[in-house]
Amino acid sequence: MKIVIGLGSCGIASGGLKVKEEFEKLLAEHPGAAELAETGCMGMCYKEVNVEILEDDGRSTIYGEVSAERAREIFESHVLGGKPVEQYVVRSNYAENENDAFFNGQYRYVLDRCGKINPESIDEAIAAGAYRGAEKALKTMTPEEVIDEILRSGLRGRGGAGFPTGQKWKFARAPQADQKYIICNADEGDPGAFMNRSVLEGDPHAVIEGLLIGGYAIGATEGYIYVRAEYPLAIKRLKIAIKQAEERGFLGDNVMGTGFSFHLHIKEGAGAFVCGEETALIASIEGQRGMPRMRPPFPANRGLFGKPSNINNVETLADVGRIIADGAEKYAALGTEKSKGTKVFALAGKVKRGGLAEVPLGTSLRDVIYGIGGGTASGKPIKAVQMGGPSGGCIPADLLDTPIDYESLAATGAIMGSGGMIVMDEDNCMVDIARYFLTFIQSESCGKCTFCRIGTRRMLEILTRITKGEGREGDIELLEELGQQIKRSSLCGLGQTAPNPVLTTIRYFRNEYEAHIRDKKCPAHQCKALIRYEIQADKCVGCTVCARKCPAGAISGSAKNPHTIDQSKCIKCGICKSSCRFGAITVD
Amino acid sequence: MSEFEGKESDLIPILQRIQASYGYLPEDIIRELSARTGIFVTKIMGVATFYSQFRLRPMGEHTIRVCFGTACHVNGSESIADALSDELKIPLGGTTQDGKFTLESVACLGCCSLAPVMMIDDETYGRLTPDKARNIIRELYAKEGASK
Repeated sequence: MKIVIGLGSCGIASGGLKVKEEFEKLLAEHPGAAELAETGCMGMCYKEVNVEILEDDGRSTIYGEVSAERAREIFESHVLGGKPVEQYVVRSNYAENENDAFFNGQYRYVLDRCGKINPESIDEAIAAGAYRGAEKALKTMTPEEVIDEILRSGLRGRGGAGFPTGQKWKFARAPQADQKYIICNADEGDPGAFMNRSVLEGDPHAVIEGLLIGGYAIGATEGYIYVRAEYPLAIKRLKIAIKQAEERGFLGDNVMGTGFSFHLHIKEGAGAFVCGEETALIASIEGQRGMPRMRPPFPANRGLFGKPSNINNVETLADVGRIIADGAEKYAALGTEKSKGTKVFALAGKVKRGGLAEVPLGTSLRDVIYGIGGGTASGKPIKAVQMGGPSGGCIPADLLDTPIDYESLAATGAIMGSGGMIVMDEDNCMVDIARYFLTFIQSESCGKCTFCRIGTRRMLEILTRITKGEGREGDIELLEELGQQIKRSSLCGLGQTAPNPVLTTIRYFRNEYEAHIRDKKCPAHQCKALIRYEIQADKCVGCTVCARKCPAGAISGSAKNPHTIDQSKCIKCGICKSSCRFGAITVD
Repeated sequence: MSEFEGKESDLIPILQRIQASYGYLPEDIIRELSARTGIFVTKIMGVATFYSQFRLRPMGEHTIRVCFGTACHVNGSESIADALSDELKIPLGGTTQDGKFTLESVACLGCCSLAPVMMIDDETYGRLTPDKARNIIRELYAKEGASK
């Protein structure tokens, strides 16, 4: 019997290490009862900590929300007694479970090995199919054949822009040079996106294999993985994986005895969103401020250290090994005509079942959010879904039947993006969301282009003014005009897409902007300057809970008598409303 | 520093190493780095101020990082930050007078399913409410006070 603990970042954040300690203790008390193993994210982030019990007859039982106490219970009943603890089971391969819906409709291509193998064991990765593609490419195919295979698979860049990967490799293969580089962009900076992190933590060998194949295809003997420093666990596991691959002869000189040499290095980012942009990323590896450069020359001709370079996203590279191993046709059979294959999404926000969801392209947003995600946790209607982070936009609920492919999403004003999918319900204010993204972008603009540097600041000032109840007639039009100018006059993708969250919310939720500006009301009750908490005297029983909880001391009244809020002291934190058991506190 | 060849492309890893040992980038160390590598101080400062990871001032004993990722934002991270600011009597980016806590915001910790989230040093606290956040700080103060 095997006990497998999911120890991705969210598993650890939910107390996974304490669960592991508990199992270690239990196994010390009962030596030989089971084998303890760890794996990456199993995908069900909403049920962390996940623990799988694998029995020798192949029965798999996954437990959710496991704590140290529950670990003991599970150990005693299931591991020692052979009786699963039904109430904590979230999935099994022998009985139906309500959480099965999370996996129905998913197709795990990139995430195939995540949550199954021990990411720190190259043997487990190989046994599950890693490096098959690299071996096939290096030993039986020419670089041109590899590029052709990737072209035929229809794989497009999973960082968000969707440029055909095979085409990109072709451009990088073309120039003659004494040195070329292939770079993995693992600077996953979109707030609310954690797909790449989960792949790096759960199956680092898939990314290494993709780089190896890509390096062979374009003729690069040096590779870099640029990882954000905020992902210490991913960095640790990558380092282990690289070392193991070197020991096996999959990296280094004379890879797999083919005569091809490939050396891989890790570069840690230092916290700059703009470094997700190719040319800024290159500048950062070179030790410079991460500021984008003019293109052309494109990195394929003059990139890192002035040499031809190719940059691919984590997920793109993780697709490559399997495409080569299983053939382009199998991959191209998934998805739509122009958007082939699968895409991993980080489903989060007000959704019931949040986590990692990988679906064939062409699946509708509704199927992902309601089918896999189960709708909102609160049961309140969905208002919008935000895709593509600060470069993307908000898609309103009535467009949820939009299929997930590059072109259809672009038509809504949002973008495919790198895979962040944030669900919002009616309690979320769209003006506030726009202001939120612009705050982020404005502080992350590198400052090179005037419109991006100053234009985003002006837009933020206008949005802040609107959320404070000081909006004026003409503000919406001004935002639209500025947005168009910034898009047109910025050098890189950051500036060119920066206004998207504002423009899409104006497009679909103009009435909310108008309510803020004309009626000085926030329909979602989010903007503090526009709301008022009040105690309804007829419902208040004078229990004094709110008065004791209020951090500002704004509530007064004697026991058993209706209380009142001193509006001049109220900081609008909402604690009173959430602590009132009689529904006596209203917000307007 | 001797591990590195003094190439400009090693500048960021060197600064990361310095910060890991000192907790921030002390001015005298930056001057020494410049003297040893030949990279101008202005250039080093340019890089150090560009990336949000680097700090030029020492931090409090504990660092609280409130996540401002999108999932946390839609689940109320602003009210968490407000509550912490009020509890500690410092703004975001500030350090308490006793030098115990520095309060910071962070773009995304990637634990979106636990939103809203904060990290205190290496420990992650998820599914917060303003009340819960205040209590965590009070408990930490109580624990530290008792251990003295």
